Amino acid sequence: MIVINNLCKSFGNNHVLKNFNLRLNSKENLVVLGRSGSGKSVLIKCIIGLLIPDSGEIIVFGNNVSGLRHHELDMLRTEIGFLFQSNALYDSMTVRENLEFPLRRHWFELTQKEVDDMVMEALENVNLGHTAEMMPAELSGGMAKRIALARTMILRPKIILYDEPTTGLDPITAREIEGLILKLHDKYQTSSIIISHDMTCVKNTADRVALLLDGKCYSEGSFEDLKKSGDEHVKQFFE
Amino acid sequence: MDIVAKTRDFFSQAGYMARFTSQLFTLAAKPPYEFKEFLAQCYIIGYRSLPLVALTGFIMGLVLTMQLRPSLVYYGVQSQLPVMVGIAIVREIGPVITALIFAGKIGSSIGAELGSMKVTEQIDAMEVSGTNPYKYLVATRVVAGTLMLPVLTMLADAISLFGAYVGVNISAVTSFRLFFMQILKTLEFGDVLPAFIKTFFFGFAVSIVGCYKGYNSSRGTRGVGDSANTAVVLSSVFIFIIDLLAVQITAIWGLN
Repeated sequence: MIVINNLCKSFGNNHVLKNFNLRLNSKENLVVLGRSGSGKSVLIKCIIGLLIPDSGEIIVFGNNVSGLRHHELDMLRTEIGFLFQSNALYDSMTVRENLEFPLRRHWFELTQKEVDDMVMEALENVNLGHTAEMMPAELSGGMAKRIALARTMILRPKIILYDEPTTGLDPITAREIEGLILKLHDKYQTSSIIISHDMTCVKNTADRVALLLDGKCYSEGSFEDLKKSGDEHVKQFFE
Repeated sequence: MDIVAKTRDFFSQAGYMARFTSQLFTLAAKPPYEFKEFLAQCYIIGYRSLPLVALTGFIMGLVLTMQLRPSLVYYGVQSQLPVMVGIAIVREIGPVITALIFAGKIGSSIGAELGSMKVTEQIDAMEVSGTNPYKYLVATRVVAGTLMLPVLTMLADAISLFGAYVGVNISAVTSFRLFFMQILKTLEFGDVLPAFIKTFFFGFAVSIVGCYKGYNSSRGTRGVGDSANTAVVLSSVFIFIIDLLAVQITAIWGLN
């Protein structure tokens, strides 16, 4: 699904990613683990084309993201969902309008009833069917995260990129979000890259874990494999 | 060194802004168009500005008349008051004051709105959903602002003239018909058209500056505040520069 080869990205003298390599397989949840500021968010923003890498290649569905024209990148992005850490809900629109926004832009042939049905299905998936007419400012943090997740899923993307999905949430809500991630993964058979430093989230959601350290993919494996690792750098995440 | 750095920064910013503006004619000119959002912005920018523009226009006409009258009475030419006020409002004061009010209301609003969207990643969210945020956010607002300000200016001029009529009738009695006939007989093509055309440029300047500042807002609440503030200041400067150029052009064409 995604192949990343020798990806490099710097901001001035801060070399965030240095020849980073990674592969995302079909229907897997890959968690990228790393310290704060290690470049995890930079990685997924490079994948979606929000940041332009300095060098290296990112191949998504066989397309080199850097070489795509603007309208080709827009088409590719309809196959990739992105859940922002800040949720990034459009605060001048209701929840319904937030979910309708991507539908109206890409699926022009839908009737109003079909749009309404898809919006309600998306809200029911995250157990928030009653919030359609609410404004984002009226939502709690957990509700906003679920609505953002519903919006991410509404175009049925094949790949989802999660930027710290449980950060800032209480433990109960965090577990609910993890449950939703797994539920939607099973229902829609998606592949996901989940950026996190929440070890409970990593344990609960990961099929495979990649450790980002010093700009490189330092170690890869299942959660249990990495937990048993004797490497000092890996062990410090699991203590 | 500081002056050199500041000069370099100024030209650098000017270059970024020119490139930002040029996207309007490359990206935004191609379909698909965001027509529904454009209409929504016309409503927000145009219709919702009506009360403020109307109030400001009325006061402008009233105050101008009350200030001018004593001088004209001194020289015994108070009968020329409607004509003088009419020409001043239509040619200069109406367009410029309305544009400055527009810059304060709409320029700051656009700068703050887009700045807020930038720092909360809403613009990024729009982009990753496959929507061109420049088309949806910037192009719609700039086109709406460019088209709405001339309309608002015409309204402001009309209400200003009514305010002037009220001002005249505070000290003397003049009929409504006589007052406006005097003005309309005197106004010429060269008074109305250049003033009307320059309002399109005012509207464009205010909208594009507000969009540029908001779209490139730095992070945090301070960044959003700075965007809104500098949008107003820079728009106001552009209004005066455009007005100066307009006066020179009309002088060259003999329309003064």
